[in-house]
Amino acid sequence: MSKKTHLDESSNLFAQEEAMLNDIRCRLKDYSAERRDLIPILQMIQEKYAYIAPITIQMVSDHLNIGACEVYSVASFYNQFKFNPPGKHPVKVCMGTACHVKGGDIILENFERKLEIKEGKTTPDREFSIERVACVGCCALAPVVVIGETVHGNMAPSKVEGLILGFQIEKEKQARLKEKQARLKEKRDADENGN
Amino acid sequence: MKMEINQAFDKICKDADAHIKRLSLIKGPRISIGMATCGIASGAIDTKKAFEEALKEQGIDGQIQTVGCIGHCYAEPVVIIDHPDSGFPPIFYHHVTPGKAKMIVQSFLIDGDPLFEYLLGATKENELIPQIYDFPRFSQEKRIILQKCGIIDPEDINAYIDEGGYSGLARAFQLAPDEIISEIISSGIRGRGGAGFPTGKKWGFAREAEGQDKIMILNADEGDPGAYMDRTILESNPHQILEGMIICAYAIGAGSAIVYVRSEYPRAIEMISGAISQAEELGLLGNSILGSSFDLKISVFKGSGAFVCGEETALIQSLEGERGMPQHRPPYPVQHGLGNRPTVINNVKTIASVPAILNNGGDWYRSIGTKDSPGTAVFSIVGNVLHAGLVEIPMGVDLKTLIFDICGGIPDKKKFKAVQIGGPSGGCLSSDFLDTPIDFDSLAGAGAMIGSGGMVVLDEDNCMVNIARYFLEFTQNESCGKCTFCRIGTYHLLRILDRITKGQGREGDLEQLKTLSETIIEGSLCGLGKTAPNPVLTSLRYFRDEYEAHVLEKRCPACVCRSLTAFYIDLDKCARGCDACVGSCPVDAIFTTKNRKKGVDQALCVKCGECQVACPPEYNAVIRVSPPEKAPIIEKSVN
Ligand SMILES: Cc1cc2nc3c(=O)[nH]c(=O)nc-3n(C[C@H](O)[C@H](O)[C@H](O)COP(=O)(O)O)c2cc1C
Ligand code: FES
Repeated sequence: MSKKTHLDESSNLFAQEEAMLNDIRCRLKDYSAERRDLIPILQMIQEKYAYIAPITIQMVSDHLNIGACEVYSVASFYNQFKFNPPGKHPVKVCMGTACHVKGGDIILENFERKLEIKEGKTTPDREFSIERVACVGCCALAPVVVIGETVHGNMAPSKVEGLILGFQIEKEKQARLKEKQARLKEKRDADENGN
Repeated sequence: MKMEINQAFDKICKDADAHIKRLSLIKGPRISIGMATCGIASGAIDTKKAFEEALKEQGIDGQIQTVGCIGHCYAEPVVIIDHPDSGFPPIFYHHVTPGKAKMIVQSFLIDGDPLFEYLLGATKENELIPQIYDFPRFSQEKRIILQKCGIIDPEDINAYIDEGGYSGLARAFQLAPDEIISEIISSGIRGRGGAGFPTGKKWGFAREAEGQDKIMILNADEGDPGAYMDRTILESNPHQILEGMIICAYAIGAGSAIVYVRSEYPRAIEMISGAISQAEELGLLGNSILGSSFDLKISVFKGSGAFVCGEETALIQSLEGERGMPQHRPPYPVQHGLGNRPTVINNVKTIASVPAILNNGGDWYRSIGTKDSPGTAVFSIVGNVLHAGLVEIPMGVDLKTLIFDICGGIPDKKKFKAVQIGGPSGGCLSSDFLDTPIDFDSLAGAGAMIGSGGMVVLDEDNCMVNIARYFLEFTQNESCGKCTFCRIGTYHLLRILDRITKGQGREGDLEQLKTLSETIIEGSLCGLGKTAPNPVLTSLRYFRDEYEAHVLEKRCPACVCRSLTAFYIDLDKCARGCDACVGSCPVDAIFTTKNRKKGVDQALCVKCGECQVACPPEYNAVIRVSPPEKAPIIEKSVN
């Protein structure tokens, strides 16, 4: 049983990658082969897939007819481009001036400690990632953390655990729901077969 | 020709007027909600939903309008309600949560009671409610750039036109390009992007430069980690910027223009892109604008998040698909810019001032502000100040008026310590400088600069070494690596500061900070390296005693640097019965001994200060001291 799911998962990942490459290949047609389109192309990939996989760098380099190292050199220069897939719940801790003055670094450390990863990294289960960002525009609510799309203002170190727990509880709830549905379906299938 | 342009513009104005009249015919109250990034971050979306639901539940006809940011970010979500039937003038409400929204609908819109405890004031003169324009936050401001921000719907070009928008452009088209440039020169406006270069002169150079295909670039790559006025202007009134850009392009003879805006500003990108298509639809952009022979195409380019790309030559590099590394000047972009074409690069605030200059004349602009720095300046004031947000003041107002009168001073009766002006390139000024007038030259004389326009107010609880370290960490990270002094020099500066804040400062460190800073300034090509040591140099000059306390006594006078401080619980004050501190500690460092004394395990403590917040104010028993040895030791096992 467990072997089967493992196989399923890896073939699933493979299919996902294939789909990503096909999609990017299609989208590249909208861009010229000129150097000035390099950053817009990288932005397109980043916005669509939240990171730039090594294999896509090769694709971009083929499209623009420049070396892959050139593409990487530009991509790695700018903060916007990431080379690792982010977690399902990306945690962005504001390190802008106002948030720094109100202790943003302590909030960051708390997330790092609770999630057991460093800033810039993703948890092994790909649930969370931590990133530091500059001013997210609500300095009056400092210190600020953005998780996914939601802004959490007036953060405190003691709120960190609760926030993470909230996501974990939600995940468990979803898992239970899924299990229940699967059981129901199994039962229905069995009933139908029985009939 | 001139007549045709006038006719074309008249028609646009009439249509806009008719459109706005139609909107005002809709009966019932009109609710304007501030929905720029700051409003949304404070929960304006939920507030809007609450208003929609409440109106529906109560069966009230009304309009809900989204506007931009009015600059009062401390009061977000901000709502203005115009309810003529109530007999009250339009009212400005602050901190409108969804719950308050429902109460306001019930009390004000139905029962006619405007709920005095939630309102800030009326936006029109009246006898019932104090007017917001009587508050210093409003009365001492002078709004040219932010004038319509937070008042009009940024997504409706008609709203802008109805408020007199695009008339500066219509006026510009009556003039020859050279006449526009002389008008700008006579206004004396200096670039608001940091360097303060006279804008008229820049445009003149570009006009005279050889080469066809000239280009205009709007620099909206606001990289200062604590400033957000350019974003707010783009989000709250994009058309004013487009109008300025068209005037500039016409004056220098450019056929295309680019808005270079950070990709971290999705809402600003959305607003400016929407504004471009609306302007194209009305014939204010595109081919033969307003029936003239002038064509202009404006495109949007998203910057990818590198502070140095705000520097004009680096910005051009990144537009060409390269790493954003600054280049040698001369040649200047006005001669050889993007693709070697003559290029004018201007900041958002510079361009946003242009329509008003065209409308009211250069002499009018010159009459505002000071002789050498005419006009107004926009600051984003954050940190330990009561009324944080965006403020626009005439140049020449002194720092004291700005911080204490206009922005309400320091909260919680704390003492003012310093103000950091100009973000990572600026400097920290102490209270001795509160009388300094705010203009390009006075601030530069004091060692700071207007720079990005970010202003951080620091009180007695902020450590200057820590602040200097913060900005240096930022610039060190953002150094592009081209110049050795900037790349390696800032790294060593940061290392020394790091050591000092950790209590490992050595004799001679302060001297080294100074010489290293001076060398970096001399040995760097672009403004990043040339200004990066400013926060260190100014704080070292004005707060040397704080540095010395760190180095010589291993003590942080403000009790901020974590390696140099410790928390303990004052047992005389502690009520011992409650466990608030124990529960608040994220690392379980606080323990209770057998006789219910509380102690802090210093080895575990991460010095987050949560216990200090959690301890009930009537006890106030958690104390932070520096150096850490001053904390009494309480053994866990002993009584
Ligand atoms: C490191 C660095 C960062 C800069 N960042 C910005 C910026 O974010 N926005 C801006 O308008 N100008 C910035 N500038 C200044 C620009 O180089 C340029 O002077 C300015 O855009 C010119 O516009 P102005 O004449 O309207 O001020 C920066 C300069 C340096 C050296
Ligand atoms: S500094 Fe964090 S929101 Fe502005």
